[in-house]
Amino acid sequence: MTTLFIILEVAGMALAKIGAAIGSSIIVLGASYGISKIGATALESMARQPESAGDIRSSMVISAALIEGVSFFAIIICALVILL
Amino acid sequence: MKYVKLIVCMMMLSFMGMPAMAASEEGGKLNTSEIVVEHIKDSYAWHVTTVGDKAIVIDLPVIVRSSTGWHIFSTARFAEESDVKGYRMGPDNLAIATQGDNAGKIVELQNGVEVRPFDISITKTVAVMMINVVVLLCCILIPARWYRRHKASDPAPGGFTGFIELIIDYVEENIIKPGIGNGYEKYSPYLLTCFFFILTNNLMGIIPFPPGGGNVTGNITITFFLALCTFIVTQVSGTKHYWKDIFWPEVPLPLKVFPLIPLIEFVSIFTKPFALMIRLFANMLAGHMIAMVLFGLIFIFGAVNIYFGFTISIVSILLAVFMSILELLVAFIQAFVFTMLSALFLGMAVTEHN
Repeated sequence: MTTLFIILEVAGMALAKIGAAIGSSIIVLGASYGISKIGATALESMARQPESAGDIRSSMVISAALIEGVSFFAIIICALVILL
Repeated sequence: MKYVKLIVCMMMLSFMGMPAMAASEEGGKLNTSEIVVEHIKDSYAWHVTTVGDKAIVIDLPVIVRSSTGWHIFSTARFAEESDVKGYRMGPDNLAIATQGDNAGKIVELQNGVEVRPFDISITKTVAVMMINVVVLLCCILIPARWYRRHKASDPAPGGFTGFIELIIDYVEENIIKPGIGNGYEKYSPYLLTCFFFILTNNLMGIIPFPPGGGNVTGNITITFFLALCTFIVTQVSGTKHYWKDIFWPEVPLPLKVFPLIPLIEFVSIFTKPFALMIRLFANMLAGHMIAMVLFGLIFIFGAVNIYFGFTISIVSILLAVFMSILELLVAFIQAFVFTMLSALFLGMAVTEHN
């Protein structure tokens, strides 16, 4: 039992890095899923009503930037885990 | 004349091999993460490039108030290499520490104990920010003269003044007016300053050589100050209705007695500017790091085998060009989003009715 704890202690640093790397891939999954949904519905509505294409385009860009902002929070945490 | 395009393309293609030739002279192991981080971090001297063995460095002034009074001198007076204890010695018991808690910063050695003095040196980020501010002032104040000299009924300006007016008009129509609603003229100066400051710094950061190429908005202290300004302007101009909505909102009574909603609203006052800060900082930092890594690919592969370096340089340059175009887009989008969110927060604080 104690051997297990000793091994876990030594492997702690490496486990943290694995965790951070897997975390950042989950972040990419989440952010790209969200932004792809926005893109898909924006294209659909631009095809339905071409006159409001400009408005829809700006709203799409803004929502994508906001979602990216949230994902950057999580990226910073992963980077901190790896570097500190 | 009709061969100009062909000649220019041939020249550019032949230049693609040059970075690999430069890399082959380095030899040895390359520490890329160190190089990448060094270009992004702040430092006391502006390291421009390394030609062969000689490093071209712009030495910036050091302004420090230690226990022996004010000291102002150039970074060149610090030793090139660190001594046995890991300090790059300089005058007046001041040194740059290279390891430990204060690595990379100026410390004062009082009998061997490190003490951080009051340090307001002109570091690389500060110098680049000052240059960008001068560029920004030129871009705004010179067109502003046109408006003082002409009447409102004159035809619209052309050239550079017209270009700046185009951007200002776009920002005001699409960001400030919809965000704030009535009375937007009071907050227009602050929001326009925000937008142009962030845009200028982002764009100058993409240029790879001096006077551009400094990582200003990718520094969290600068974005912290921008978010702090938005926070202060929002809170100072908040109406009574705004504060009432936070601490005594119109929700069913049980949620008010156990102060759940007021607490959430109070915390959100702080998290919104915090999100502004992190969004801008992380976007700019990621862009700079990716550009550095893509250029560094050439040197990594070149260190393995010179011909690898040649081949990879073509791919790397194409990738770097694409990344730079993306960075241009991101620069504009980040300035836009920061200003738009600031306008929205101000609008929520300033509205009279609901």
